[in-house]
Amino acid sequence: MQLTVWTYEGPPHVGAMRVATAMRGVHYVLHAPQGDTYADLLFTMIERRQARPPVTYTTFQARDLGKDTAELFKRTARDAYERFKPDLVMVGASCTAELIQDDPAGIGQTIGLPVPVVPVEFSAYQHKENHGASETLYRLVRACTKNGAPRGERPPGPKRCNLLGPTALGFRHRDDVTEVTRLLGQLGVAVNVVAPLGASPADLARLPDADFNVVLYPEVAETTARWLTKVYAQPSVNVVPLGVGATREFVKEVAALAGVDPQPVLDAQLSRLPWYTRSVDSTYLTGKRVFVFGDATHAVAAARIATEELGFTVVGLGTYSRERAREVRAAAAKYGVEALISDDHLEVEETIARLHPELVLGTQMERHTAKRLGVPCAVISAPVHVQDFPARYSPQMGFEGANVIFDTWVHPLMMGLEEHLLTMFREDFEFADGVGASHLGGHAPQAPKLAEPELVAPVVAAPVAASPQPAPVAAAAQAPAGATALAPGWTAEAEKELKKIPFFVRGKAKRNTERFAQERGLSSITLETLYDAKAHFRS
Amino acid sequence: MNAPVPSLPTIPSAPLAARPVLRERGQHEVFCGLTGIVWLHRKIQDAFFLVVGSRTCAHLIQSAAGVMIFAEPRFATAILQDQDLAGLTDANDELDRVVGRLLARRPDIKLLFLVGSCPSEVIKLDLSRAALRLSRSNPKVRVLNYSGSGIETTFTQGEDACLASMVPELPTVAAQANDPLMVVGALPDVVEDQFKRLFDALGVPVTFFPPRRSTALPTLAPGTRFLLAQPFLAATAKALEERGAKRLSAPFPFGVEGTRAWLAAATRAFGVSDEHLARVVEPSEQRARTALTQARERLSGKRIFFFPDSQLEVPLARFLSRELNMSLVEVGTPFLHQDHLGPDLAMLPADVTVSEGQDVDRQLERCRAARPDLVVCGLGLANPLEVEGLTTKWSIELVFTPVHGYEQAGDLAELFARPLVRRTRLEV
Ligand code: SF4
Ligand code: SF4
Repeated sequence: MQLTVWTYEGPPHVGAMRVATAMRGVHYVLHAPQGDTYADLLFTMIERRQARPPVTYTTFQARDLGKDTAELFKRTARDAYERFKPDLVMVGASCTAELIQDDPAGIGQTIGLPVPVVPVEFSAYQHKENHGASETLYRLVRACTKNGAPRGERPPGPKRCNLLGPTALGFRHRDDVTEVTRLLGQLGVAVNVVAPLGASPADLARLPDADFNVVLYPEVAETTARWLTKVYAQPSVNVVPLGVGATREFVKEVAALAGVDPQPVLDAQLSRLPWYTRSVDSTYLTGKRVFVFGDATHAVAAARIATEELGFTVVGLGTYSRERAREVRAAAAKYGVEALISDDHLEVEETIARLHPELVLGTQMERHTAKRLGVPCAVISAPVHVQDFPARYSPQMGFEGANVIFDTWVHPLMMGLEEHLLTMFREDFEFADGVGASHLGGHAPQAPKLAEPELVAPVVAAPVAASPQPAPVAAAAQAPAGATALAPGWTAEAEKELKKIPFFVRGKAKRNTERFAQERGLSSITLETLYDAKAHFRS
Repeated sequence: MNAPVPSLPTIPSAPLAARPVLRERGQHEVFCGLTGIVWLHRKIQDAFFLVVGSRTCAHLIQSAAGVMIFAEPRFATAILQDQDLAGLTDANDELDRVVGRLLARRPDIKLLFLVGSCPSEVIKLDLSRAALRLSRSNPKVRVLNYSGSGIETTFTQGEDACLASMVPELPTVAAQANDPLMVVGALPDVVEDQFKRLFDALGVPVTFFPPRRSTALPTLAPGTRFLLAQPFLAATAKALEERGAKRLSAPFPFGVEGTRAWLAAATRAFGVSDEHLARVVEPSEQRARTALTQARERLSGKRIFFFPDSQLEVPLARFLSRELNMSLVEVGTPFLHQDHLGPDLAMLPADVTVSEGQDVDRQLERCRAARPDLVVCGLGLANPLEVEGLTTKWSIELVFTPVHGYEQAGDLAELFARPLVRRTRLEV
């Protein structure tokens, strides 16, 4: 048993739903109890999809259990086919139905539907959402290509590729597809099929027509791409174009596979990031300590962008995708930090509190942790939140994606000059503790008195104050930097000086000074000690 | 005030004319009982809810709750894993370990609920034995269990199961002269306080169940009278009756009329005169009527369709039809407790379709065909229906917002009026 409050990933059948919902002409018949229909709202509310997910649930009840739940599944599948007339039916079980062993896969084969019936089965007590999405795409592609039936001649004309991995409810998938398609167009490479987002079963059958595959989200599409390589000799582009450097590598790899010249695109200076980050205004970003956490692909990419393109220092790197721990460990080793592989958000919170970063690049979970700790944060990865589906065009990938990333990550930080002013005029009463960057208004990181509840999923519009118990929430949260009581040993003078240090670095200064004093066996901390320690830790 | 709000409804005492009920059995699009944890864990401030379930259960609570990230919410899921399914002894050991860790971290917890889920029910993990065992090994904590599983409970039935599990814990006292009235059902604190003030002014001694702290459980004496504040408490009422308590039958306290009749059930049982009641509630009723005026202008004559959700549908429909003059197309509810809902049902117009259970696709067809002005439905259906040009009100908000009593009558009406107002404003 694993004790969990919030989960980074849903169960595997939610991954299957992300694939089914992304596609056209597919219907998913899911053996599941009524409560599992909650998953619909992820799509209709968080992503604001305009139609219900193409999923029919059997919603079996306790009283059905003694009787014939298999019969219920049969009936539900037939009715769903009749009502929705899909081109393909997926059948499967959620965690509870897995235990009652009605064998939806077997039943699916025997009910004689006139369309392909594809079983998607996972072990729900072992796997999670991304695995479910990955397995589902793989099963569907195998089924739609008739298990790798030989393909005809590739049509003549410019080289073509498939874009693999974007799903419903994906972190910026909608805009990434647009951006990468445009980039490929600039190279003269056409997109054969985007899958699963927007694809029909017939489109999946056309996947083998492409010359190569682009894997946008390895978590979802790597297994499928490998299989396509094996069966159809389609090579894959393995660089994910997140950040300017990776996008340039991506351009080169694509160009090599397509036999085109990458130089015009590389020379075109399509991103503002390289100049913005060189602009003197960005000097203050140098060496900012960042903690990075997300799915493996986004976390590894973010660490690279942070280091190479923004000049930050990565102080921690981790992922909740255990399946991809290896690549995260390898990346962490590059930055000289230990990888945190965990899907326990409390462990992640502890790590952040311990490392005291100046910026957190994480998921919605870390955004809330960071808010409690008073650290700025930008979101880089799923799990998604209604805010991750902005109305405006906002890709993460390609050159425009790099622009978006620059803005999103720099925005929560203090502006350079403002930071200096805060340091110089500590005693200006309007610079009171807890005042954040002025451009962030009320949303500045604040010293949290109460951990204010906040809606991540969109669901309940009612402000929390309206919930049956609008109780003040005891802030078991970590005391913010600067709010901690002084340990004995500080002279009044030193303590006063400490207060002049901006609140967002004060905790660090305090700890460093105390450690410095302790290591030297000093009994009290004077003004001298404070500045000695400062000099010590600078060098 | 010219609207016809009768000051005291005539509640038919004759047995109900059998109202035809459309019973549906198909896909249900409703949450399971685990969802109740979202409000119960805020209501009982020293209680912790530990779901023994799957990743789906954890994900459901997180999604339904809108993931209110609190410093540390007083609920969690012990997610069953492959190893736990291998043998039951393991699962029990694992549960002990998880609970030990939990209680060590939260010494403030006085009441722990082990909450069963579909997976724990299906593998027949005996949580009542586990609760006994854990109570013995953790003497400072009372450990109870109930099932919030989707195979047994629908949405608000989770609260019912939770409260029913607490009934055996209520201390018994000897019969006393002024044995208080027990108001049953989790209410927002602000509403509870309003009712408390009203009952005080009426001279009716009152206790509330569930209490805000598990250490302050209300007592039961032989013949204690109780009044349900929520329409979904069938099992709790039954458990109380089995302990000798007596339920006062009344419409539920929504709107002016419902609140008055609900209070009247108490005052009459406690020998308080109707005149005194009328005097005490006069200012509140006056305020509530004023608050309803504007909404009535907007809602009067509008046609409304309820998808089943919280079991609040029947009393809300009664309020909307009688006090706001809305016209009811279909009132869907997951369960129709004829007895508890009798007074409310009797006040519904004769021509409304009352449906129980659900076959969501067929109900959607009925709804589309009827083209109501307002559809009350769950979050999975709302946006898709808006796309089809229908105006919707998320039903879950009715459960997460203070809506009972006089002071909330205006807010309750406003919840229904707002989506319609919004439609008329937008020009894009
Ligand atoms: S319906 Fe059952 S399996 Fe699904 S979330 Fe509810 S309790 Fe868990
Ligand atoms: S307060 Fe505003 S900016 Fe801050 S986390 Fe919440 S939504 Fe984002």
